[in-house]
This record gives sequence, C-alpha cells and structure tokens, in this order.
Amino acid sequence: MSSRDAILASIRANLPKVERPLPVVPKFEENAPADLVEAFGKNLTRMGGRLVTDHADDMRSIRGLLEHSRLVCSAAPEIEGELDLAAVADPRALADVDHAVVRACCGVAETGSVLLTDVDLKVNALAYLAQHLIVLLDPADIVANIHSAYGRPEFRERHYAVFHSGPSATADIEGVLILGAQGVRSLSVLLWPRNPIEVDQAQGGSPTNE
Amino acid sequence: MTRGKEGDRPDNAKPEPQPRGASHKGNRPIDQAEAAERFLAAPRHQQQHDTRLWTLRQRRDDQMWAMPEWEEMRSLASAIKEHTLSHLDTYLEMFEANATANGVVVHWVKDAAEHNAIVLDLLQRRGAKTLIKSKSMLTEECGLRADLAKAGVEVVETDLGERIQQLDDEDPSHVVVPAVHKLRTDVAKVFAATIGSDPDNHDPPYLAGAQRDATRPLILNAEAGMTGANFLVAETGAVVVCTNEGNADLCANIPRLHIVSVGIEKLVPRTEDLAIFVRMLSRSALGSPITQYTSHFRGPRQGGEMHVVLVDNGRSERLGMPEFWTSLKCIRCGACMNTCPVYRRSGGLSYGATYSGPIGLIIDPSFNARKYSNLPFASTLNGSCTNVCPVKINIHEQIYAWRKVLVRQHETPFVKRAAMKAAGALFARPAMYRAAVERTNDALANLPRFVIYNGMNAWGKNREMPRPPAETFHQWYARNRGGRR
Repeated sequence: MSSRDAILASIRANLPKVERPLPVVPKFEENAPADLVEAFGKNLTRMGGRLVTDHADDMRSIRGLLEHSRLVCSAAPEIEGELDLAAVADPRALADVDHAVVRACCGVAETGSVLLTDVDLKVNALAYLAQHLIVLLDPADIVANIHSAYGRPEFRERHYAVFHSGPSATADIEGVLILGAQGVRSLSVLLWPRNPIEVDQAQGGSPTNE
Repeated sequence: MTRGKEGDRPDNAKPEPQPRGASHKGNRPIDQAEAAERFLAAPRHQQQHDTRLWTLRQRRDDQMWAMPEWEEMRSLASAIKEHTLSHLDTYLEMFEANATANGVVVHWVKDAAEHNAIVLDLLQRRGAKTLIKSKSMLTEECGLRADLAKAGVEVVETDLGERIQQLDDEDPSHVVVPAVHKLRTDVAKVFAATIGSDPDNHDPPYLAGAQRDATRPLILNAEAGMTGANFLVAETGAVVVCTNEGNADLCANIPRLHIVSVGIEKLVPRTEDLAIFVRMLSRSALGSPITQYTSHFRGPRQGGEMHVVLVDNGRSERLGMPEFWTSLKCIRCGACMNTCPVYRRSGGLSYGATYSGPIGLIIDPSFNARKYSNLPFASTLNGSCTNVCPVKINIHEQIYAWRKVLVRQHETPFVKRAAMKAAGALFARPAMYRAAVERTNDALANLPRFVIYNGMNAWGKNREMPRPPAETFHQWYARNRGGRR
C-alpha cells in the first residue's frame, strides 16, 4: 500500500463520529470603519509602514523617496526603473536593488495590508531582496477587512499572492522590535489612482482591442 | 511571588549563565520539574521570560477587546476546524487534486523517517547541498536537520530566533518566538562564537543586523528552499505561510526548488474560511492584527518547482482518540503558552519536547506516553489556556484527561501515585477532610518557615504558600448561617 493510501485509510478508520456542518462565514462588514483610507493609514503605520500623503498622486512624492537611491527597480507601469525586470532570468540578479516599486491589487483597511501578486511583482523576490519597498495603491482599491479581500479573484487565479503589512520585522531578541529583519527595511505606500485603462481592466471591463 | 533574589541585580553585573533545558535519558520520563527548578534559579532569565510572555498575552487581550466579533470568530474557527477534521480524507484529496492541477507535486508521508527521506531525495536528485528554510515546528518534530546533516546537506535556518537556536545547538523553546528564553547577552555569546559578531555588543538591533548580514549570502547561494505552512486551502490548492521577517518568502522565491512540509491537520476548506484564521492567528500570538507577511503559494514560479509534503506522523491516529482529537484544531499561535503560569516561569525547554506549554502537554504524550508521562502534571489546571485558545480547544480538560489515561497505564511515578491515593482517601471522608483543612491552616499560620519550605512540600518550592484564612469556609458557614455540622 502506498503511503498515500495508508494515510487515507488510517484517517477513514479514525474519523470522529460527529456531525459538524461547515458554517457560513459572515464578512463582518458592519464593524467596518467609515473612512477606509484613514483606517488603512492608521493600521499601516501601526505595522511599521508609512503612508505618503503629500503630493501622493503626482511624481513629486516618489521622486523624493527615490532621490538618494542607488538602484531602483520598478514593476509598476507608472515608474521607470534602472533595471529591466523582463530581462531578469534569476531572482539573484535583484540582490543589489535599493528601492523596488510595485502597484498593489488592493489594500485592507483593517490591517493596513497591501496585496501583491506574481503578476504585479514580475519577479516575486523583488519584494524581499530590495532594501526598501514602495507600493502604489489606488484609494478606490481599499477594502474594509480580510474577509472582503479574500473575495478577490487573485486568490483563485495567481500562483503567488501576498499581503504585506509593514516592512519585515522581528522581535526575537528580548522582544525588542526591529524593522528590517530579512526582507525590506521600510515599506512606503503612496495613494495613487490607477490610470483609467488599468482601472477598466482591474474591474473586469474589456479593453477595446479585445 | 518568587522567593529569589531579584532585588539585587546590578545591570552591569556579569551575565547570568543561561539555564539549559530538560535532560534526555533515552526513553526515561522527562523531569520537567527538575529543569524548571534550574530555570527559576536564574532570576534574570526567569523574569525576562515571564514579563515578555505576559506582555504578549496583554497585547492579545487588547486586540480581542478591539474586535466585537472575537467570540463569534472563535466559534467559527472551532466549527470550521471540526468540520474539516471530520471530513479530512475528502479535503486532503481535494487539496491534492487542486494543487496538482496548479503544477505542484504532492507527496504523502506516514512518519518522520519517511519525511526526511523524501526531502533528502528531492535535494539529492537535483544535486542540492544547501537548503535555506523558514521556521517549521513540523521539521523540528521530524528531526529533519540532523538527518540532512548526516547526508552532507547544509541547512540554514533563516528566522532570527530559530537561527539563534540552531547556532546554539538547542531546540526552539516556543512555537512562535523560539529564543524567548534567552537574554541578549546569551545571543551575543552565541553570535560571537558562530558568526563572529562583537562579544561585548548586546544591542538587539546590532545582533539582528549581524545575523541579517551573515545570512544574506547564504540565502543568495542556496540551492533549495523550504518552508512550513500555517494553512492549506482545499478548494484552491493554496499553501499559506504567515511570517514577520520576510525570510519564508526569500526561501520560497529565490532557489528554483521550494519544498513545503505540512501536517495533514492544517487544512481549511475554502478561502473564506481562511479569513477567520488569518484574522486570529497573529492577534492571538503576538497581539498584532496580522503578520507582516501572509503569503499564498498556489503553484511554482516560472521555471521553478514546488513540492508539498503532507505529513501524518501520528495525526491520523490521534484523530481516532475521542477525548483528544480536537487538539488537531491547533493553529500553533502559542497563546496558551504565553498565558500559562507554569510555562512562563519554567521555560519551554524544561518540557524536553518539540511542543511545550499547555498544547504540548496534550500533544506530546500521543507521540510517546512514557517519555512525556510527567508533562500533563505540569499544569495548575487554571483553564486560562482554554480561555485564550482561538480555536476553542478544551486544553485544560484534555490535560486532566491525559492524567487519568497515564495513571491508568501506570506511567506515573510511585510518589505521585501514593500521594494521589492518600488524597483520594482523604477526599472520600468529608469529616476527616475538614479536620485536615483546619489543621493545615493552623500549621501554615504557625509553623516556622523551614518546616513548610523544604524538599518534602512540592507546593512550597519557589512559591509562597497562601496566607491561611482565619477560619475555614465550614466554620464561617456554621457561624453565619447556622448550618449543621
């Protein structure tokens, strides 16, 4: 008997004889904050991230963040980086990236999280090898809580989807909080609406050339 | 509470040596109390440990009070897990089918030996000699590192706490914060000896930075990566990993090969069910609303490989134990450990097992009833573990149930059996019991300290006996309510 069959047989022989229906899981939206953007910012800050609100919807804010960067790599269409992600065959090529820029699919007010996927990142390791991560987020893409976020199609369609809630962090030595554990040392989120064509695609509208 | 000498501890005094964990003598029962005693004899370690874990418990409470739906969420979490476990075969097959369709290779292993062999085989077939991994209690349970080392594979733990423990050749002492029993001076000593950091610099940011710098090249050069998993989603084939340091995503996203080791009990049916657990896990564990990273791996990266190893190792058998199967609901948040007065003051290593604290007391004996026969007695049965458990495992009741099982199987030492027999005789005779209570109260109030606090009275070790009341409840009742005596 294969291990697979042995395990399944053992499980079937030992299944608890109880009647336990699968419950309906509510979305708990009645407790959602009135102002999603404000709640998102507050919770992101609590997790050690930073919400950039000054000039957030124009180039000035991002230029300020990238001013002293040694190497910028961007996966976001709005920003041009110095490293072409399409040409990256091995993620190790991103080891020296100073700032990475990516657009999030959505934000979660409850936790201050942004959702990134393999499609947004192009190379998954970008979000971890870079020293600093800058995320563009359309305020219209902020949902109330984790329940609403899990309703999104990315969790059924993408090979990789990740909530980032602040930068990498550790408190493993006497509980002292340190930002910048193994991954990025900082996470900045810029509220920056998508361009209209993208919005159309993100909302499932069909582009004219289809 | 403690009768130690915490008052006189100048901060610049010589570092206090770290108390080590329980000693292992083959299959002989672990003496948790002996190891706990040594931990209590190191007041700086004991106090830091107690304070740190109690802080986590309080932060968890803050999160709980901020969420009106908390109790409803606990009920849902428990119901989802009990449903899944009572249909585990169906959901495992569903997960396998969906993960396979996404391009993941799914393996099934019965025990630790089979697990380690399959991981080694995956590595050897690809000529991989270096493996970077994130923290996984399951690989601790399987003793993976030792087996891979024997075969010449270099394993690098990338979680800070777990790396400290690996470099110190010590087991993790807590499921979430593996080095919580260590002081910064202990870490400085380990790092100075292993990664060449400054032995006199105890500053945590410096130490964490030294580990980051030392680990980065190992991550970049590794030939394979491994993670555990917090959850598996049957309907999408997703593997969900919740971490704070970003190390799991480095392990999974840099080497070509990503191996996931996961216990068969980690399943949830749907993505919407996952929401409940993701919202509760870090709130219960660390008192933060979510971990810094919650990663969902559904399939390999372009040009990469993803393997999921489903591990039984005693779980299917535990499913058939009517009193204990619900311990499989555990999501390893560690809340029961953080709240437990015994755990906080004895340290996780005193349990001498992969799983320590209250959840360990009810899981460990199912792995080895003799070796872990003392553990269910390392509890006051105060029930706090049950109250904080996000999936509503009746932990303290299962601890009590294990005591009964172990006594029945004669896995308890003679002294304990004799004491219990004497207590049983006393409790069976109410008049004798009442007389004994009165005498004890008198004795506690009047006897000199050396008579009460000596080796014969286990309850007088490392704790002050309660001040006896002026009268017993029965005396009070007789006086105030005119009750019959």
